[in-house]
Amino acid sequence: MAGKTIAEKVLGRASGDSEARAGAVVEASPDLVMSHENTFLVNKAFTELGLKRPWDPDKIVIVLDHRTPANTAQTASVHAKIRKLVHEYGIKRFYDSGEGICHQILVEGRLARPGQLLLGTDSHTTTAGAVGAFGTGIGATEMAGVWAIGGLWLKVPETIRIILSGHFSKGVCAKDASLSLVRQLGPSGADCKCVEFSGSLFQDVPMAGRMVLCNMAMEMGAKAAIVSPDVVTSEWFRGLALAPRDFVTSDVDAVFEATQVFDVSRLPPMVSGPHRVEAARSVEEVEGIAVDQAFIGTCTNGRLEDLIAAAKILKGRKVSAGCRLIVAPASRNVLRDAIDNGAAQILISAGGTILPPGCGPCLGSHEGVLGDGEVCISSSNRNFRGRMGSDQAEIYLASPATVAASAVSGKITDPRRYLE
Amino acid sequence: MSARGRIWKFGDDVNTDLIIPGKYLDSYDPAHLAAHAMEGANKEFASGVKKGDIIVAGANFGCGSSREQAVTALKHAGVSAVVAKSFARIFYRNAINLGLPVVTSSDAVNSLRDGEVAILDITSSSLTAEDGRGTITLDPIPQHVKKILDSGGLVPYIKAKLRNE
Repeated sequence: MAGKTIAEKVLGRASGDSEARAGAVVEASPDLVMSHENTFLVNKAFTELGLKRPWDPDKIVIVLDHRTPANTAQTASVHAKIRKLVHEYGIKRFYDSGEGICHQILVEGRLARPGQLLLGTDSHTTTAGAVGAFGTGIGATEMAGVWAIGGLWLKVPETIRIILSGHFSKGVCAKDASLSLVRQLGPSGADCKCVEFSGSLFQDVPMAGRMVLCNMAMEMGAKAAIVSPDVVTSEWFRGLALAPRDFVTSDVDAVFEATQVFDVSRLPPMVSGPHRVEAARSVEEVEGIAVDQAFIGTCTNGRLEDLIAAAKILKGRKVSAGCRLIVAPASRNVLRDAIDNGAAQILISAGGTILPPGCGPCLGSHEGVLGDGEVCISSSNRNFRGRMGSDQAEIYLASPATVAASAVSGKITDPRRYLE
Repeated sequence: MSARGRIWKFGDDVNTDLIIPGKYLDSYDPAHLAAHAMEGANKEFASGVKKGDIIVAGANFGCGSSREQAVTALKHAGVSAVVAKSFARIFYRNAINLGLPVVTSSDAVNSLRDGEVAILDITSSSLTAEDGRGTITLDPIPQHVKKILDSGGLVPYIKAKLRNE
């Protein structure tokens, strides 16, 4: 009998059906579940079930990140209601407004672990695959069901293996690779599948870049995206006692639905948009398009590494008079570290505005939203029409370096022009 | 289960930001969400949609966010079912869990006309144009999904499950 993929191993363990193979429908119990402001909706459905307490409050993580600090009285009331239920249910892993974005907190806080089945009421829960976890998104009512019975049905997915090789050239990073992959596989190219990343490139890709790749795999419809655990993963968890089974990798004779090999060595900086993530092309093809706003942040690219990449370009330079630079660190820790190492100082001196850690502009909830006819270049993961405010605005996606270079010139710009 | 209503046709990759943008999610009121349903894809939809109407779409319907308000908006607006070439995973689950029938069909979007009236029969997996142009056979709903849909959604399904234990 053939070996197993990571997805088959994780869902086999979580369902107690070690024979479960791709295509099987299993009843699985998660190791950890996460929700954000939509905890309000989770609890509404949970209350309708007439239950008093979730099945295991110790497995629940709640992070307020989408509208923080509260943008309206209505949001403030939702936040207050969530704080109250956190207390009532005895949920200890609660991260209040200002701590950061849920996916960042799960990885940064070492809450997401290799081999875990992790469910989140946010589509980008795939981000946790950076540490070798099977993270997948569900809706609020489905989460209420998990709170009630501690499990849900899941189809064991087929796995698409993506092997990345080569080395990034100057000014190119994991975001450019992600945009290129979404272009090649399409917006449903990995729908309901697990994307498993491996290859020699990963020797050079730290946790931050792995999070980008797993985050953006959602834009191909992936159910989960996992970087096969390696020495970088071990280093990330150094000092934590993890059981051997936790470092789950695919067997050498595992059956993959497809294997795709990409060499990133000749990959240029990429820009995607507007309106479709798969509309990605080389920065050279879109250089010169004027931008009103440049945004660095989100669960895709709001990490310390991203702020440093932007600061390298913005050091000694100013944001163009016709453009706004908005920076939202992915977490309080990211903001603090960016202050400590001087990156924040550079961003502010260049004319950038630093927002509180959180999701803010990315989903158009508040702060830095776009008006009619405006163009934004953003380090986020989605450029759908109407996402950041006006449906008459245009969003282009790019790496933090490309966003920073575009902020300096006021138009989409190849970051290599500003790199020595 | 059956429904009769006007067909609203959409293309491929209708994402959740087109179904209900993030800017409206401050409120959880279904009426507020329904008032902006499909705003990004068709501005006439929210004011024109009537109870029983059926959305017929291309591939990857509902891609994007996990926000189940996308389903709430459609359901509260009166949509009785969505028939598409394929659905994005989370939207599909959310629809089942909130009791909105979602059915796949590779033919429906090509065979039916926008604005015409059709009759959907979930039990026999068929969609028939009312002018008698013929019947489209839809893909059957998987059994484990049908159980939840037949209960009216996940909350009633689990309620019944807990009662029987």
